[in-house]
Amino acid sequence: MSVLDAKIPEGPIKEKWTNHKNNINVVNPANKRLIDVIVVGTGLAGGSASASLAELGYNVKAFCFQDSPRRAHSIAAQGGINAAKNYQNDGDSVYRLFYDTVKGGDYRAREGNVYRLAEVSANIIDQCVAQGVPFAREYGGLLDNRSFGGVLVSRTFYAKGQTGQQLLLGAYSAMNRQIGKGKIQMYNRHEMLELVVVDGKARGIIARNLVTGSIERHSAHAVVIASGGYGNVFYLSTNAMGSNVTASWRIHKKGAYFANPCYTQIHPTCIPRSGDYQSKLTLMSESLRNDGRIWVPKNKADVEAIRNGSKSPVELSEEERDYYLERRYPAFGNLVPRDVASRAAKERCDAGYGVNETGEAVFLDFSSAIMRYGKEKANILGEADASKERIRELGEGVIESKYGNLFQMYEKITDDNPYKTPMKIYPAVHYTMGGIWVDYNLMTTIPGCYAAGEANFSDHGANRLGASALMQGLADGYFVLPYTIGDYLSDDIRTGPISTDTPEFEEAEKSVKDRLEAFINNKGTKSVDYFHKRLGRVMWDKVGMARNEQGLKEAIEEIRQIREEFHKDVFVPGEMNELNPELEKAARVADFLELGELFALDALHRTESCGGHFREESQTEEGEAKRDDNTFAYVAAWEWTGDPGKSNLHKEELTFNDIELKQRSYK
Amino acid sequence: MKLTLKIWRQKDANDKGRLETYQLDNVSEHMSFLEMMDVLNEQLIAEGQVPVAFDHDCREGICGMCSMHINGEPHGPDRGVTTCQLHMRKFKDGDTIYVEPFRAKGFPIIKDLVVDRSAFDRIQHAGGFVSVNTSGNTQDANAIPIPKDDADKAFDAATCIGCGACVAACKNASAMLFVSAKVSQFALLPQGKVEAKRRVINMVEQMDKEGFGNCSNTGACEVECPKGISLENIARMNREYLKATILSE
Repeated sequence: MSVLDAKIPEGPIKEKWTNHKNNINVVNPANKRLIDVIVVGTGLAGGSASASLAELGYNVKAFCFQDSPRRAHSIAAQGGINAAKNYQNDGDSVYRLFYDTVKGGDYRAREGNVYRLAEVSANIIDQCVAQGVPFAREYGGLLDNRSFGGVLVSRTFYAKGQTGQQLLLGAYSAMNRQIGKGKIQMYNRHEMLELVVVDGKARGIIARNLVTGSIERHSAHAVVIASGGYGNVFYLSTNAMGSNVTASWRIHKKGAYFANPCYTQIHPTCIPRSGDYQSKLTLMSESLRNDGRIWVPKNKADVEAIRNGSKSPVELSEEERDYYLERRYPAFGNLVPRDVASRAAKERCDAGYGVNETGEAVFLDFSSAIMRYGKEKANILGEADASKERIRELGEGVIESKYGNLFQMYEKITDDNPYKTPMKIYPAVHYTMGGIWVDYNLMTTIPGCYAAGEANFSDHGANRLGASALMQGLADGYFVLPYTIGDYLSDDIRTGPISTDTPEFEEAEKSVKDRLEAFINNKGTKSVDYFHKRLGRVMWDKVGMARNEQGLKEAIEEIRQIREEFHKDVFVPGEMNELNPELEKAARVADFLELGELFALDALHRTESCGGHFREESQTEEGEAKRDDNTFAYVAAWEWTGDPGKSNLHKEELTFNDIELKQRSYK
Repeated sequence: MKLTLKIWRQKDANDKGRLETYQLDNVSEHMSFLEMMDVLNEQLIAEGQVPVAFDHDCREGICGMCSMHINGEPHGPDRGVTTCQLHMRKFKDGDTIYVEPFRAKGFPIIKDLVVDRSAFDRIQHAGGFVSVNTSGNTQDANAIPIPKDDADKAFDAATCIGCGACVAACKNASAMLFVSAKVSQFALLPQGKVEAKRRVINMVEQMDKEGFGNCSNTGACEVECPKGISLENIARMNREYLKATILSE
């Protein structure tokens, strides 16, 4: 086991980034024209990195598997983006954003990286406004803010429920400007299937043109992986159908360490699953917990009656309801952080109080808020003696103006009217804090190979706060990588173009072809989805919201079994040389089947609970996550050895000089 | 419920293509339209046949990847939704459903229900941006106040997901709603006004080059748009275009 060097600059935390930028090498503009950079993925991190690197003068080749860079899954982010602007004069600062993020991550993030993130956050907002991103504004014409979970200030900038869309379209527009100039070569409907390493350095990729099926070689002086998270290892998640781990897993197998794979965020408010045909889960924004109260019935008889439809939830009196978050966490109530809210819902459902047919749902109820807002509105309108019906009507109007599009989305999916009966919600896999290990410069353990955005592990520790993913993706791409990559590339100004006509490219291409041909020639009996669903079930049941030693050991065995059956019995119809979605899925699921085992292994080795990782053996008397700072204040970075179950563990010790480690409490 | 599906099958761009008929039993009304297509594909795979290729990704109505012309309407019979948000409860037991790709000269078919919408990207390359570098040293975000009404209108235009339903709905296969949404977003904001003239001229020119038709004010695009992008944007683009052409040398 080696000790990993994160290359965090010396000096006080406030000066690290500035000093680092002053001291690293830069490439002169004429030489940048001689250097090629590949960027895989075009979400907030990849899109912003591509645009920025091209603006600096590098020749960028950008890849996405979708038909346009604008479709990357960053587009689906709803709530907002954090930035320490302190426009509200409520005491926000770079330090406070830094502190909230480290604490929210349950003290498992790297201080230096998080401080830098907080430092550049304000620039992101300036940048996006200059690009024409239409953030929400107040009547005075200035930017509006709202609050998100786990913090005490209003620092979230937003564009209704479509913040991710607007920010991504901003990055996409910056890309478009460079594509138009020819500084970015865009490869839509292309999927990276292998990294090419020459003399120990990342020098290119093998990609498949998804339309023609041809396997292509692309060379560059550096490769940036910004391909997002791996939540789809659970089959059902809020991720897009195409979201996958393949780019990350391919570099992992070529030498990039994979850090903290078990840190997964399970979001408490999603629409519950309804049947075996279900293909994905839909998020209902965290902002709803500002006004919604979460409950289940107190009595099992009522649970039964609601499940079989003989009773409606609105018939239950206040005394017959258990507002369990308000009961357990009086200080934070319904606004506890995501990991805490999710575990509490699971606890009630496991105890038999789930309110739908599957027993996996709790109520999110807006009736109190509707009546409260209705009364306020009636007072404003001078209708002091308004009837209950009138108050309800007015209150529903207020709720509609705040959350209208989310309520409409809920109604379209479930055919239930959430203004009249409470929403049914349940936790679902949403985001992965773990990812490729990177140093302070965002470089992986392969020289010249970088990872940015959700694909890396660095900033969110064991639990991410709401509205911080967008911040990190854009910080990495706009403001960090463009500096740090120059330091590495300054050695490459005399290298000249990288030839793809070498044994390394030859071999990488052959391995891709062999892998894909094996799927086509396998002629098994079961579809790819059959195996993916089985993997997802094991992950959810045994490596999901609560984990224990026995379950994790079983999961490892079961995943190995499914993987073996998959390679023996999968059936992939169609041919190599055509648009073949089943072949694309097969290659992705093969990688998920390996990652799943490493994921379980990581969860097994970390016998403490922290953030989104909850080991049943490590909890307080009240059932809260209990950390073990003496043993586990480190990043677990895993090295590929040929078998996911035999991966080598490397540790990066986490030192906290600017923040004191404390037990999180939301009581 | 039981359904008869008439689905467009076309092996590749050179194939002539035809409607094939499939029977599907046990469709739940809670399924989304794409989940129904998943079930059909699983059935085809089990029979050793090649499944139907269709574009999809986020399955929550925001990425704009899914398309499909369902019973003669882009994204099907429901309003304000994409195909991935359309649910089977909008259909009845025994229904016959016709599923075809978006059809327009600017959207050539790649395979089955998958079309090539890269023309939309090329229109954006021609001017769908503000020419500002991502240096981080721009002025403070609150340096220029923007009237809330303008910011809200710019936002409404910017919610376009680029799915192409407007083109597919239009008898002229016009892309005016799509292009005008981007032109409007920037024309309404001070940051975008600086290059407004150049932008509208370049984007319209590229739109014409791509083979999209003209607007004849039928309004089908607005009805079928899953995001409710308003026809007002087309009026605004025409105004911007006129202004730009009259005032340019």
